[in-house]
Amino acid sequence: MAISVSTGVDISRAMVETPLTAADWLIIAPVAFPILAGAILLMLRKRVAVQAAAANATLALLLVLTAALLAHVAGAGPQTMTMGRWLPPFGISFSVDLTGALLAAAAAAVAFACGLYATLDVDASRLRYGFFPFLLMMMAGVNGAFLTGDVFNLYVWFEVMLIASFGLIVLGSERQQLDGAIKYAFLNFVATTLFLIATGYVYGAFGTLNMADITRQMAAPPPGAPVATIATLYLVAFAMKAAAFPLNFWLPASYHTPRIVVSALFAGLLTKVGVYALLRVMVMIFAEQRGLLADWIALMAAATMLVGVFGALAQTDIRRLLGFLVVSGIGSMLAGIALASNLGLTGTIVYAVHSMVVMAALYLAAGIVGRRAGTFDLRGLGGHYAASPWFAGGFLLLAFSVAGLPPLSGFWPKLMLVKGAIAGGLSWLAAAILVTGLLTTLAIIRVWGFAFWRGGAEGIRDGAENWKLPPLAGGPAWSAYVSFGALVALSVMIGLSPEPLARYALDAAIGLSAPDAYVGSVFGGAR
Amino acid sequence: MEPALVLLITCFFTASIYLLLSKQVIRMLLGIALISNGVNLLIFTAGRLTHEVPPIIPPGALTPAVATANPLPQALILTAIVISFSFFAFLLVLSYRAFQELGTDNTPEMRVAEPVDQPPPPGGY
Repeated sequence: MAISVSTGVDISRAMVETPLTAADWLIIAPVAFPILAGAILLMLRKRVAVQAAAANATLALLLVLTAALLAHVAGAGPQTMTMGRWLPPFGISFSVDLTGALLAAAAAAVAFACGLYATLDVDASRLRYGFFPFLLMMMAGVNGAFLTGDVFNLYVWFEVMLIASFGLIVLGSERQQLDGAIKYAFLNFVATTLFLIATGYVYGAFGTLNMADITRQMAAPPPGAPVATIATLYLVAFAMKAAAFPLNFWLPASYHTPRIVVSALFAGLLTKVGVYALLRVMVMIFAEQRGLLADWIALMAAATMLVGVFGALAQTDIRRLLGFLVVSGIGSMLAGIALASNLGLTGTIVYAVHSMVVMAALYLAAGIVGRRAGTFDLRGLGGHYAASPWFAGGFLLLAFSVAGLPPLSGFWPKLMLVKGAIAGGLSWLAAAILVTGLLTTLAIIRVWGFAFWRGGAEGIRDGAENWKLPPLAGGPAWSAYVSFGALVALSVMIGLSPEPLARYALDAAIGLSAPDAYVGSVFGGAR
Repeated sequence: MEPALVLLITCFFTASIYLLLSKQVIRMLLGIALISNGVNLLIFTAGRLTHEVPPIIPPGALTPAVATANPLPQALILTAIVISFSFFAFLLVLSYRAFQELGTDNTPEMRVAEPVDQPPPPGGY
């Protein structure tokens, strides 16, 4: 076959004969465990009492597994496990490098916090309709996307993630949810269809779907292969997944409609999978074509940042405001992809981790605020500082973090991106990042001012005694505060000691722009 | 054979994009069904069209005697069919439910999640 000649793979050795080590199982475990647990919980969906405990135990185990995988990959370099022991490019590989492992670990941390919050936020009827099985299946899809080494397999994990997220977004079937879900479902389906079209072209042009194999062939692409078309299709498909302007309209239309814990999960995880796919496909595989499209990506980045933050300034519903801030953050991550220098890519990866933690935490905070006050409308909110100063302090930290003020987690990636943009000769992009930071501060501090700082809702005089917020009801209140506090602590920790994360992210960025180790893990040793 | 299939795929995509741009959800559903079949045909064509030779290696030989049909695109299409069909089924149920609840299948009228007549956010207190 043409493939094996061009890649120089010795096809007389088609099978891997050496036994698997325990470390190899670690690569697939973050996908296999959630699927298994999700299937078991689906069978037990009538037993509402065990759902939350079993799912949270699985999510805790997932956090341990992804952390172990991250430690393993950080020490030993990119790892590959090939399904069915067929050597790549015949077998489907799971290839994990630092980018994938880092994002998987961050995703598991966010999912664990959200799983804990769900014990308060998700009622018995939603549990019976399978909230936790959907959540675990979505985590399997997210982890599969982060860890797979095969581009068609990436498509499959995107779909697993998407169909589970459809389940989560319509759970409860309120009128708002159905409206939001229609937009979410149709536009995401179009995006994955574009992804599949590009993948069909990749197979036609390269005769392989293994990402390492395509990367290798891209050194000398097959004559006549429409690589620029393929790269553009991937850019459009993944930018739509990541909600970049002008393909972002499904996100503000739908993210505020489901339960707040579902919004938090989506805001934390789903758009970042799109960013990850852009990093993997545009930066690692189609590096040269990314260079051709770099100006467009930079424009898209600046437009996404500004459109997102202006949208946030125009909202009165906190959940919708946060949806626009998610979009704005995607713009910053795209800026790093447009630069594609080590500094820029490091900024993108650190920003992705920061955004996962902080956006999920902000949604959880909005959930606590909304549940106590009975509304998400800024006009009807107030008095949360007087009611619980510690919670209000945590929210203020998050507000500074999302705005990018030191010494919180949002500051460091913005610093890297601004420095990277100036070093890359794109001062206007650096200016856009800084202006966005200022406008984000205005948007989020308005939430603080209205919901927390002032004494009561619109029309209530400050200091009025008749404004009392009820305590959190409907479930264990501690679970909401613990999950919120854990995410705030994580953000502060990253902010105060960014060195470990920045070092991992720098290694990940180098691994993306010079993917020899990644390709080597698939073909080199051929264990 | 390829040019004929390419023309067919073009027709599928043209029709499905036209339908997806419609305001009516039911037409968008038809567009979804068409576009997924268009993509399946595209993958099929991208895998090269061959005469129907089964991929069987004769006894004693290490490789097939003649070029055989490529089984991989068929496996890809099978996966894509399963996924797109389940999506279509979900979207159909979702659209029907939305029609029942919202009383319309006209997307510009579906403004429950993003109401049009919202007052501007509070400027100060």
